[in-house]
Amino acid sequence: MLEIKDLWVALNGTQILKGVSLTVGRGEIHSVMGPNGSGKSTLSRALAGHPSLEIISGSILFDGKNLLEMAAEERARAGLFLAYQYPVEIPGLGNSEFLRMAYNAKRVAEGKEELDAMEFEDILDEKMGLLGMDSKFRERGVNEGFSGGEKKKNEILQMAVLDPKLAILDEIDSGLDIDALKVVAEGVNSLMTKDKSLILITHYQRLLDYIRPDYVHVLSDGRIVKSGGPELAHSLEAEGYDAISAGAVR
Amino acid sequence: MWDGGNAKRYLGKGGGNVKEEANVETGLIEALDARREYKYGFTTDIESDVFAKGLSEDVVRAISAKKEEPDWLLQFRLEAYRKWIKMPQPDWAQLRIEPIDFNDISYYSSPKSKKKLGSLEDVPQEIRDTFDKLGISLQEQKRISNVAVDAVFDSVSVATTHKRRLLEAGVIFCSISEAVKEYPELVKKYLGSVVPPGDNFYAALNSAVFSDGSFVYVPPNTIPPMELSTYFRINTEGTGQFERTLIICAEKSQVSYIEGCTAPQFDTNQLHAAIVELVAMDDASIKYSTVQNWYPGDPETGKGGIYNFVVKRGKCAGRNSKISWTQIETGSAITWKYPSCILQGDGSTGEFYSVALTTGRQQADTGTKMIHIGKNTRSLIIAKGIAADRASNAYRGLVKMLPGASGARNYTQCDSLLIGDKSSAHTFPYIEVANPTAQVEHEASTSKINEEQLFYLQQRGVSREQAISAVINGFCKEVFNHLPMEFSVEARKLLALKLENSVA
Repeated sequence: MLEIKDLWVALNGTQILKGVSLTVGRGEIHSVMGPNGSGKSTLSRALAGHPSLEIISGSILFDGKNLLEMAAEERARAGLFLAYQYPVEIPGLGNSEFLRMAYNAKRVAEGKEELDAMEFEDILDEKMGLLGMDSKFRERGVNEGFSGGEKKKNEILQMAVLDPKLAILDEIDSGLDIDALKVVAEGVNSLMTKDKSLILITHYQRLLDYIRPDYVHVLSDGRIVKSGGPELAHSLEAEGYDAISAGAVR
Repeated sequence: MWDGGNAKRYLGKGGGNVKEEANVETGLIEALDARREYKYGFTTDIESDVFAKGLSEDVVRAISAKKEEPDWLLQFRLEAYRKWIKMPQPDWAQLRIEPIDFNDISYYSSPKSKKKLGSLEDVPQEIRDTFDKLGISLQEQKRISNVAVDAVFDSVSVATTHKRRLLEAGVIFCSISEAVKEYPELVKKYLGSVVPPGDNFYAALNSAVFSDGSFVYVPPNTIPPMELSTYFRINTEGTGQFERTLIICAEKSQVSYIEGCTAPQFDTNQLHAAIVELVAMDDASIKYSTVQNWYPGDPETGKGGIYNFVVKRGKCAGRNSKISWTQIETGSAITWKYPSCILQGDGSTGEFYSVALTTGRQQADTGTKMIHIGKNTRSLIIAKGIAADRASNAYRGLVKMLPGASGARNYTQCDSLLIGDKSSAHTFPYIEVANPTAQVEHEASTSKINEEQLFYLQQRGVSREQAISAVINGFCKEVFNHLPMEFSVEARKLLALKLENSVA
């Protein structure tokens, strides 16, 4: 599904990622953990194609395609989805209008007909029901005045509507209380099938109690310094990032 | 929230000036020259009767004679002209205006026609084709049946549709020239009653030389069976367009009126100096919407384009009357206008919803004046300014609470959006409060089009162009929502088209 090889990425002239390699297979859930400043968010933004990042070297294959040659919107239409740590507000743009715009962009890319507002409503109803979301989310501006929890839920709603092959959840747990975290995690779990892949970017092990990863990677100073199974997250929690990173270097 | 004291302190500085230069990552902005086309820049080849350039008392008399006007109207014009020649050109706006030679303008241009103009059946084919090309059909059966249109070509109204159907409902809708002949008492009573001939430089000029425009009278207890509209087309190079619109809405009546405008692409600047006067009686409501797309001039050199210097003012004469202005200003080299409301009747309401978009080298200094005279009067101002490329955009607004305006309220919100690092936005709010029970509220913001917003949309599969359009439309939503449905769609498209080249 995703194959990152020796990826070097800079932001404003500062080297952030220093040779990241990561392979995510179909149906797999990977967790990338690491302390603040380790490059977690840069990795997710590089995958999504943020224009401010400079790709120095390396390669990324997504579903057999060269991701680095694709614009952000092409990556999205090919089935790559990034749930934001800080979802952006777009005042005045209705949430359902936005969702339909995104949904139709994907349909057109797949050679299908666009859906009109009425047809799309049915899809939206179903997905919102699935996530137990209030219908007020429909007409409000995209993330406009949403609470932290509502914004995260709205990210998962977008994921549900767009049905990506690979979703990258960037600190989806940050700013959520335990109840909201459960709802978001259940939502994500309900969307996962055996041919969908997931990358969970997180600082804390807490999220992994609700979404069980198959693999855990530790990112430190722009490199993956350790990889393992779910048990690695637990030892991280017990020993801290410093010990794990130091151990890896030793 | 300001009380009177705070407002005065604020005013003491002579109005605020918020200036912010955009500073967006260079990656965001790339001027694309390739598709900078003004869709309506064509010229219609038709023989016209054009006055020689220049302005004098004789020219004023000649216009009046051409239109076979009664003496009172000639005197009205002459009085205005005599005032005008003594007035200096105003220069207080945040605008760079090339000196205007008022003797280098022709003040009258009318298409030549064997038959008398103004009748729907006899419109010359070239003009019919012109309006077709602009998307305005003069065939009544083809017209979207709920909009009547008065078509103004250079200095004359060439046709008005659905006149008969409107008249059956008691609604008068015709050119102002026809109104002078058919309904002289109404015209005489109200012409100049809201904008006096000597009000200001351009008002005096218009009052002296106005050639045509639209007239609407809605009798008491009436709602017209359709929307009314005027489409203004300037065609001949070197002419000015000086139209005059007068709308009177009697007790307990309502009217919705829309105007649109385009002009050919010439290297010379052309002056458009109009006057619009609205009068609303007790419990009457007038909704006036404008989609302005005059030729903006060359986006690189700034050469050519329309000088859109317009005086628009409405009087809420009656109790609980309402006047609502909505304007989408996207064209013209320079836009200089302040659609205003005089809130005379107790409990009357004035509204101003505005989107002003400037790109290329365009300049705009626009806003409103809300003059609260009566008790418990209300006004609402929502102004959105968008500046891209090397354009500048200023909001200028006056909220004035007179001593009698007890319990009056105003709320103003003006937001500016900057695209690129060479555009600029300015806000000049003036607040004068002379009644301690009046309340004035003002909110303002300036922001840049945000790369993170665009990226967020793109990450969901939306193209960059569509993302820009979605962000801009979101920014303008409160204003678009006040346009009649089909014009709202048009306005969105127009903005998207104009911005396509400004954000690469």
